[in-house]
Amino acid sequence: MYETELAIVGAGPAGLSAAIEARKAGVEVLLIDENSRPGGQLFKQIHKFFGSRDHKAGIRGMNIASTLLEESEELGIETWLKGEVCGIEEGRNLWVVRDRKCSELVKAKKIILATGATENAVAFKGWELPGVMGAGAAQTMINVNRVLPGKKVVMLGSGNVGVIVAYQLLQAGAEVVAILEAAPKLGGYGVHTAKVARAGVPLYVSHTIKTAFGKDHVEAVEIVELDSSFKQIPGTERILEVDTVCLATGLTPLTELAWLAGCKFNYVHALGGHLPIHDDKMRSTQPDIFLAGDISGIEEASTAMEEGRLAGINVATELGYISEEEARARSNEIWDSLNSLRSGYFGERRRTSKDSMLQKGKEVIKWNH
Amino acid sequence: MESLKTTGAPSLKELHNSPGFPTEEDIHKGPIAIIECIEEIPCNPCEASCPQGAIKIGKQITNLPKMDFEKCIACGMCIAACPGLAIYIKDYNYSENMVLLSFPYEYYPLPEVGTRVEAVTRHGKYVCEAKVIRVRNPKSNDRTAIITIEYPKEYFEEVVNIKRITVS
Repeated sequence: MYETELAIVGAGPAGLSAAIEARKAGVEVLLIDENSRPGGQLFKQIHKFFGSRDHKAGIRGMNIASTLLEESEELGIETWLKGEVCGIEEGRNLWVVRDRKCSELVKAKKIILATGATENAVAFKGWELPGVMGAGAAQTMINVNRVLPGKKVVMLGSGNVGVIVAYQLLQAGAEVVAILEAAPKLGGYGVHTAKVARAGVPLYVSHTIKTAFGKDHVEAVEIVELDSSFKQIPGTERILEVDTVCLATGLTPLTELAWLAGCKFNYVHALGGHLPIHDDKMRSTQPDIFLAGDISGIEEASTAMEEGRLAGINVATELGYISEEEARARSNEIWDSLNSLRSGYFGERRRTSKDSMLQKGKEVIKWNH
Repeated sequence: MESLKTTGAPSLKELHNSPGFPTEEDIHKGPIAIIECIEEIPCNPCEASCPQGAIKIGKQITNLPKMDFEKCIACGMCIAACPGLAIYIKDYNYSENMVLLSFPYEYYPLPEVGTRVEAVTRHGKYVCEAKVIRVRNPKSNDRTAIITIEYPKEYFEEVVNIKRITVS
């Protein structure tokens, strides 16, 4: 049995930021991650981040990860890697399998779930062939393990993940044959699509993959045009010769632990589906469980880090390390930054969705006031 | 209609309607930084990177960057500061027949000074041959190299980059 004041599940941008804030305030922190390296998806983000220059914009994601890790090491945050949290009891106790060998019970006063998300797949004929993979998986291969998954790639999905990974596949030496988008408009930031466009990559809106062909791996795909109701238009099929198909078709929050803990959920389509309800302190409907990052709605690393800080500060306040007054002032600052990140053409929908989530939180979470 | 959201690259019409793109008059003044950022995204490092205070975004970080071409001295500090690789410098008056373009480039190998490269459009289409004049890759750019090429004046507007150099 291991006892601690705060246990954080997930050492990505949200979990690390939460751990740093809480530890700085004086909280005893245990950070648990199932991977062999902390940092979540940050280490494979080799591009320069957007955002405010006051909050690490212009810095490559992998360098942000290094800074966060250095900080957590300097603060002496207890970190368990290869730690799989398999269960949660009475809203406070975690059952952890360590190093795939032994199991340990962690008793914590507070828990922050920062478990992240997983990639969505799309099923088409031949999708089970080797060579069909998540765009994030391809990104891990090229940027973390330095292995090129293939030489000729087609990307399905033009959101930021799709176009960023397409650009990084070019950087890694692959040819990107096309980027396909089912919707009539491209999804990702225009500056990202412009990068791959001027590299000669064709982007096709209203298109999807009908079939992937190949004997024991992908050798070609048949693509097809879609009408305004996303129905395939017969006769528009075309063959693209590719050896790799990357799927960048959205993410789903990893919410299993929140379900197990008995958190109440709310369905928010724009943020990735069924999400544990939370309030403006990042607290769930379970009084001792807080949330941060993609588990509270699919967004970006920049917002995940701010949410993590928010959760860390509020946990520290409840444990008596930070005064209510100070917590309020610092939280307001973070909310200003979050609101500004959630504005403009791309952010507005996330902002209104988050607002409805907070409204729900206010109604459901009674012990707040 | 061709547009940023259907083809991936901004059209000239969209660019001319944005506050970071120069007018004909601005172009003839001398070398200037040109910003192809036409969508409201939360991003503002370019503003602080400009030592002349020529780029304005303001408190709302999703505002589009507005370029004051009177103030811009084409120092190039903004090129590598832009996470979107959306800024470059063009000099219309470089020589009688040639213009100069300095743009961000993040592919290895880097082109070599003096070599011939293929200049391309916003859609990666070949336009003309260009000559590499300078390659800068200081540590402060954090691996966003800045390549300078010269090419014929008649293609001034359409060229924005070069074809990626691939190793066979």
